[in-house]
Amino acid sequence: MKETTLAMSVWRGDAAGGAFRDYRVPARPGQTVLDVVTWIQRHIDPGLSYRYACRVGMCGTCAMTVNGKPRWTCRTLVGTVAPDLRLSVAPLANLPVVKDLACDMTQFFDKWRRAEGRFQAAPGSAADFAVVPPESAARQAADAGIECIGCAVCYAACDVVSWNPAYLGPAALNRAWTLVNDVRDGAQAARLAAVAGDAGCHACHSHQSCREHCPKQLNPTAAIAGLKRLATLAALKGEI
Amino acid sequence: MSRARAEALLWLAQRASAAVLGVWVPIHLVTIVAAVRGGLSATEILERTQGSAAWAVYYAVFVLAVSIHAPIGLRTVARETLGWRGPGLELATLAAGVALALFGWRAVAGLVMA
Ligand code: SF4
Ligand code: SF4
Ligand code: FES
Repeated sequence: MKETTLAMSVWRGDAAGGAFRDYRVPARPGQTVLDVVTWIQRHIDPGLSYRYACRVGMCGTCAMTVNGKPRWTCRTLVGTVAPDLRLSVAPLANLPVVKDLACDMTQFFDKWRRAEGRFQAAPGSAADFAVVPPESAARQAADAGIECIGCAVCYAACDVVSWNPAYLGPAALNRAWTLVNDVRDGAQAARLAAVAGDAGCHACHSHQSCREHCPKQLNPTAAIAGLKRLATLAALKGEI
Repeated sequence: MSRARAEALLWLAQRASAAVLGVWVPIHLVTIVAAVRGGLSATEILERTQGSAAWAVYYAVFVLAVSIHAPIGLRTVARETLGWRGPGLELATLAAGVALALFGWRAVAGLVMA
């Protein structure tokens, strides 16, 4: 029987530019996009650069643009995204390319820092265990966004990031929202000031592309709407 | 005022004016369609609006809401599609708002003053 092959088109290049190169790869049942990229590197082109670590959807390092859409490649089956056996793979949009399929994530994580995306314990909170009822509204709001794996799929899917390079983006704002809802945190005013305005939550158009593409089915749009509400209230009260 | 605060308040002003427009625009559309279909001439329309405090307030508020809403939206479009930022854009936004308000209120005056 003749072996079925995938028609692959893989972006090769660096920050200065590049182009798609075509490869033919044997099709296998249950194959993921990451499997295919790895096959090309192992069998055809050892110089192909890409990034991954866990291969089970936990680390968030393997995201690429697959047939025009940002996806986590280790959990994306070729059969579901390329029933016609044609597949293009490119680096994520909205991030500088290091080489081939690997992006420079520096600006993405710098924006988490700019959004005050780290826990800052309220003074005295270390004296005793904090009691956070699981059913409380704040805990549930934090829970809804906490499973982010930092894959930048949402960031690549967001038009506002491409229009406004300073925009913090859905992942950093989603992270900030989980902390806004952390009752043990003591940096709320600074965080709301950091996420307000033209580079922050108020720039979001709520068009939900981030939510549509997030592989963890998180809803950064809802998180950002929550930030808009609280940051606008803080602005009215003159707190930011 | 901090930049973050100013941006948040502009955002709020645009949402609040949108809420007003959400009510005002349908009333305006229904009114003009009813007037035209009812066969009212320009003179007959003016007879009804001139001296009417209700129409004066209604259209004055309409103009105010437009003058707040449109320039803030245009400012965002200018930033996102033209990459225009800075003091020049703020001045242009303000000028657009003032121009809309002045021309609009002049039209309202023409409608309601005898
Ligand atoms: S909803 Fe907001 S953050 Fe999400 S993709 Fe749209 S503009 Fe970006
Ligand atoms: S919010 Fe979703 S898409 Fe965005 S970085 Fe987190 S897991 Fe990835
Ligand atoms: S390799 Fe870790 S999430 Fe895909």
